[in-house]
Amino acid sequence: MKLIKSPCGLHCIKLIDFGVKFGDEVIFEHVNLHVHCGSLTMVIGENGAGKSTLVKAVLDEIPHTGHLEFKDLEEGKLKRIRIGYVPQKLNVEKNSPVSVYDMMACYCSKAPAFLYKSKAVKAKILDALSMFEAEELLDLKVCNLSGGQLQRVLLAMAVMDKPNLLVLDEPMSGIDAKGTAQFYKLLDEMKHKFDMAIILISHDLDYVAKYADNVVLLDRGVVECGKVGQVFHSEGFKKIFGKGEIESHDLS
Amino acid sequence: MTFLNYDFMKLALLAILIISPLFGMLGTMIVSKKMAFFSDALGHSALTGIAVGLIFGVKNTTLSMMVFAVVFALLLNAIARRVAASNDTIISVFSSTSLAIGLVILSRGGNFSKYSAMLVGDVLSITKTEIIYLGVMFGLTLVFWILCSNQLQAISLNKTLARSKNIPIRFYEDAFAVLVALVVMVSIKWVGILIINAMLILPAAAACNLSANLREYHFFAILYALFSGVAGLIVSYYTDVATGPTIVIIAAAIYLGTFLYGKRYQ
Repeated sequence: MKLIKSPCGLHCIKLIDFGVKFGDEVIFEHVNLHVHCGSLTMVIGENGAGKSTLVKAVLDEIPHTGHLEFKDLEEGKLKRIRIGYVPQKLNVEKNSPVSVYDMMACYCSKAPAFLYKSKAVKAKILDALSMFEAEELLDLKVCNLSGGQLQRVLLAMAVMDKPNLLVLDEPMSGIDAKGTAQFYKLLDEMKHKFDMAIILISHDLDYVAKYADNVVLLDRGVVECGKVGQVFHSEGFKKIFGKGEIESHDLS
Repeated sequence: MTFLNYDFMKLALLAILIISPLFGMLGTMIVSKKMAFFSDALGHSALTGIAVGLIFGVKNTTLSMMVFAVVFALLLNAIARRVAASNDTIISVFSSTSLAIGLVILSRGGNFSKYSAMLVGDVLSITKTEIIYLGVMFGLTLVFWILCSNQLQAISLNKTLARSKNIPIRFYEDAFAVLVALVVMVSIKWVGILIINAMLILPAAAACNLSANLREYHFFAILYALFSGVAGLIVSYYTDVATGPTIVIIAAAIYLGTFLYGKRYQ
């Protein structure tokens, strides 16, 4: 992977008092988070703790309270944030007639993909794919990609507009053990080569222990937040994941 | 080409040449977005549209159907966004309720037979003015497609991802629902309530079986739609059967063919 821009550590993104309600049911409330470019924050929690909903709220897809603040500490100014997103899964069937070009063009350009293949858009897409050594996937059908290939394509798409924040929602579902290991290595590398903050929703505590700079434990709100050791040894963690979980992870 | 000796056949052919590519094109997105049930419900709501128009004293049935269908489509979208139950359940509840209301009103005094022609449609009775309406719808759809099909495809693949690329989901979803409602209502008299959905879905579903990208998908969907439309009209003329169902049978045969071919060679 080539270096796009070293993280300067001076971009600060704050989630201020985020909350989501569906009717009377509180999904989560009073979520405050603070992340910096060049850091990897992992969000953990049980199913139904509100992790995916938090992502939707951050992307403004659903109504929520609170707001997102993006500050350039060097200039001290508030800026409009660009967010890249890697979804858990795509809505594709076994025979969906959508190629990698089509998918990326649909998200990133106005040149109607059903009518013609634009040279300019193709060049832009190939450039993005090349960051993840995935150029050869351009004309394959999305539904025929392996889990790892799809992930590289989705990552390329997420970072092609040079986002300030990259959000990944459990992108490991459907990937084998080797693929998972490779993915976390890739993510670790990206941390150093892109000027952005990364928030990853994960259920894989081993990898959280190994790669996270900060961990957020979510259960209808932030239960614990901090460095790995701090969160893994907290009362909240023991209550949610059970005592046995802590010993089984290498926290060195 | 003796069938073209009659003026009504010339008009019917012209109508088919407009309706079928239009349906082929719209069908691609309906299949991708898994909205087959939605367009079916819209078709059924046509009768309710007429019935509601009747109550308010609107003589122009096309107009009352269109207004009702647009409201119905937007309402369906709004409710689907709010309710946690699965989409097809909601659509089914709405569609059957509205159909029942329509039938009750239209059958009052034993008058339903007047409207039963709507069920199968009759492309042979189309007039020149109505062909112009179809042409306008075709133009509108083409412009919409060039401007919006990328975004709709993006939304159909993953809404949150579309949101992250700053695509206004609600706007595009509602615009598409309105477009489908208008196209279905303008053409339902000629195609028929019972058949319209098959004509929307089958060509696109058949194209899905063989296409490797969106360009092939649209090309094949429009080609299959055109072929089954024209062939259906000619075959129905010579065998003296209803046109709509003949078109559907040919489209279904194409679907089966592409399905088997796709299974074997891809």
